[in-house]
Amino acid sequence: MAHHEHNLAIFRGKLKFKSNEQKIWGVFVFLSVITIIEVVFGIIKPEWLMAPFMSSFEGGFFATLANIFLSPFIYMKPLNLIFIVLTLVKAYYITWDFMHMRDEAKGLRRMVVWTAIFLICYLVLILLLEGDYIYEVYKNNFIKFDF
Amino acid sequence: MEATVATTETQGKTWEGGNQPLRASYGKMMMWFFIVSDALTFSGFLAAYGFSRFKFVDAWPIADEVFTHFPFLHGVPAPMFYVAFMTFVLIFSSVTMVLAVDAGHKLQKSKVATYMFLTIIGGIIFVGSQAWEWGTFIKGEYGAVETKGGKILQFLDTDGNRVAISSFATDIPVPSDEAHVDSNGIWYMGGETATTYSYEEVTAGFLANDNLLIRTQYLDEHGHPTVLSREASIAKLKNDGKLVVEGANLRHNEYGHPLFADFFFFITGFHGFHVFSGIVINIIIFFNVVIGTYEKRKSYEMVEKVGLYWHFVDLVWVFVFTFFYLV
Repeated sequence: MAHHEHNLAIFRGKLKFKSNEQKIWGVFVFLSVITIIEVVFGIIKPEWLMAPFMSSFEGGFFATLANIFLSPFIYMKPLNLIFIVLTLVKAYYITWDFMHMRDEAKGLRRMVVWTAIFLICYLVLILLLEGDYIYEVYKNNFIKFDF
Repeated sequence: MEATVATTETQGKTWEGGNQPLRASYGKMMMWFFIVSDALTFSGFLAAYGFSRFKFVDAWPIADEVFTHFPFLHGVPAPMFYVAFMTFVLIFSSVTMVLAVDAGHKLQKSKVATYMFLTIIGGIIFVGSQAWEWGTFIKGEYGAVETKGGKILQFLDTDGNRVAISSFATDIPVPSDEAHVDSNGIWYMGGETATTYSYEEVTAGFLANDNLLIRTQYLDEHGHPTVLSREASIAKLKNDGKLVVEGANLRHNEYGHPLFADFFFFITGFHGFHVFSGIVINIIIFFNVVIGTYEKRKSYEMVEKVGLYWHFVDLVWVFVFTFFYLV
């Protein structure tokens, strides 16, 4: 295990580094830039990113379907969507380059990443839906304990 | 000690052991499994935070208004800057850690030791910063009044600036306003911690100052907390007000919903505990590097394993940063 082969290309092979050490610094610069973007956006909070780009569709089955597929754009502030996407990008590079996931066997990679992503998405989906449901009940319903 | 990096004589015999289908050693794979389970623990916490926030989505504190402090900059609102600094410290300590791992692959003992040392320093700065952040949060800044229903009323002047209760509360001398502590109390129960001002003092001060208004937790359609008119403010304070809240603890929180404080303490506390144990493990490995344990083994895999843990702590912080401070 002492001499690992390192995959020295990031951004799908578009950026190649000469040594592992250089790659580490390159990834650090990239992560720093993303963090600075996040902080700047978090302080300025541009007005045009504070309201969802789309409103929900009204109507039948296909409107509901469209609402589900487009829910990140309908129910979420664009700013928050940007933050979450940037976070996932950061998480990817920390795992792939700092934790050397890029160099691990495909099986290990899938075992770790797919398990975590599936379970986390499932948990978050259920809890957020339930939380929103309780919010609606507190807000609109007459019966507040029997739900 | 050879067992940790064993390459046994069983290669080619699929069912005899010694086979590495995932091309990772036992120790590294177990560290990955631990990381997966720990990641699920943290996502449980963050998802629970999301659940509670969605439950009270129209009355949740805005993080920008809560974490506005920077050390040595008193009274200068600097939202986000300190936590951004903490994020950089942690990312940078991840970089030094991965550089230590890289030097370990090349069996460069002194380089590994230097980078490990820098990593430990980074971790200590981070935990110290978190302690400071906790201290500021617990101490509070403006103070607020809690209603009978457990909601928070904050005070503004007519220009919309926050006003601290200490600046307007009138002093009403009370014969005995000393705290009811264990030693002088009946039975063994201590009373609530006494606040600097009582609800009566704050109300009297509020009535005496015509330029004061009340802001509720509820957010209007633009996402700003609702400000009541002077008449409505007086009515709200007199009819619903119950006690004064200064700072935050697990039961009361001057910034808004108590659950916000609970999750803040719990999630950043659990993460801080991970950083702390990471520092301890890093120190142990650092001394092992210095005394040459891995030099003798001709393998610095232990550095790699503790590095995995350290990067994971950084990874968790990336998410905590987003969901607590940004979103």
